Amino acid sequence: MIKVLFFARLREQLGVSEQHVNWQDGEHDAATVQTLLNTLVDNGGAKWQVLLADEIVAAKNQQAVSRDTLLADGDEVAFFPPVTGG
Amino acid sequence: MSVKPLPTMSPLINVSIQTATFDLAAETVVLETELADSLDDRGGLVTFIGSVRASENNAGNTKQNPLAYGKLLALEVEHYPAMTQSTIEGIVFAASQRWPFLACRVIHRVGRLAVGEPIVLVLVASSHRKEAFAACEYILDYLKNAAPFWKKAIFEKGEQWVEAKVSDSEALDKWV
Repeated sequence: MIKVLFFARLREQLGVSEQHVNWQDGEHDAATVQTLLNTLVDNGGAKWQVLLADEIVAAKNQQAVSRDTLLADGDEVAFFPPVTGG
Repeated sequence: MSVKPLPTMSPLINVSIQTATFDLAAETVVLETELADSLDDRGGLVTFIGSVRASENNAGNTKQNPLAYGKLLALEVEHYPAMTQSTIEGIVFAASQRWPFLACRVIHRVGRLAVGEPIVLVLVASSHRKEAFAACEYILDYLKNAAPFWKKAIFEKGEQWVEAKVSDSEALDKWV
C-alpha cells in the first residue's frame, strides 16, 4: 500500500487530503512516482488531471523526488504546489 | 587553558514549527544559555524576522482584480508536518557546512496570522559577522523554496492561495 497525501490548493481542488493506493502483487513491479500519478488520474477522472502539471512537487517519505523515483510498499508520497513559506 | 570543542564541528540547531508567536529577546536569551562556554566565541548575532505584509495580495500573479476582495486581513499558513522540520534542519545544517557558525534558531509559525504579525524568525550566532549574515540569507532563501509551507491570503471578501514567486527560486542562483 502507498499512502498518498495532498496539500494546499491541490487538496482543495481534489477534495481529499489522503488516499491509499493498493497495487496487486506484480501489477506494478518497478512502479515510480509517475506510475502512481497515472493510477490516481485513471481512477479519479478529469478533475485529477491537475496532478499532472509540471509545477506539482512530489515527495517520497518526506524528501522531494523526481517523477522517475521508484516506489515500494509502505512508502508515503505527497503531492503539493510550489511552496510559499517564509 | 580550557579546551573547547571546535565550533565548526557541531553547531546548535534548534527548529520549531508553532502556532504561537515568538519573542526575540526571550529566544536570544535561550540561545545564549545553550551556547554556554561557546558564548565567549560569539562575535555577532544576526536576526531576521519576517512579518505578514498588508500588500501580500498576489495581484501580480493573477488576472483577478485584488481590489474586488478588499483589504488583506490575514494569512493562513498550512504545512506538511512530517516533512517541514526535517527539511529546515537539513537547510540549516547545509548552511553550517558552508559558513561555520555557533548556533542557529529557526521558528516558523503556522495557522492564521493577521497582518503585522511575525511569521518567521532566524537567529544565527557566529564568531564573525560575514558567516552569520550569509548563513541567515541562505537559510531563508532555501526555506522559501524547499520547506513545505503554503500561504492562503484571507481578504475581507474572499481568499486566494499565494502563488510561488519566480524571484524566490531565482534567489537560489547566487548560492550555486
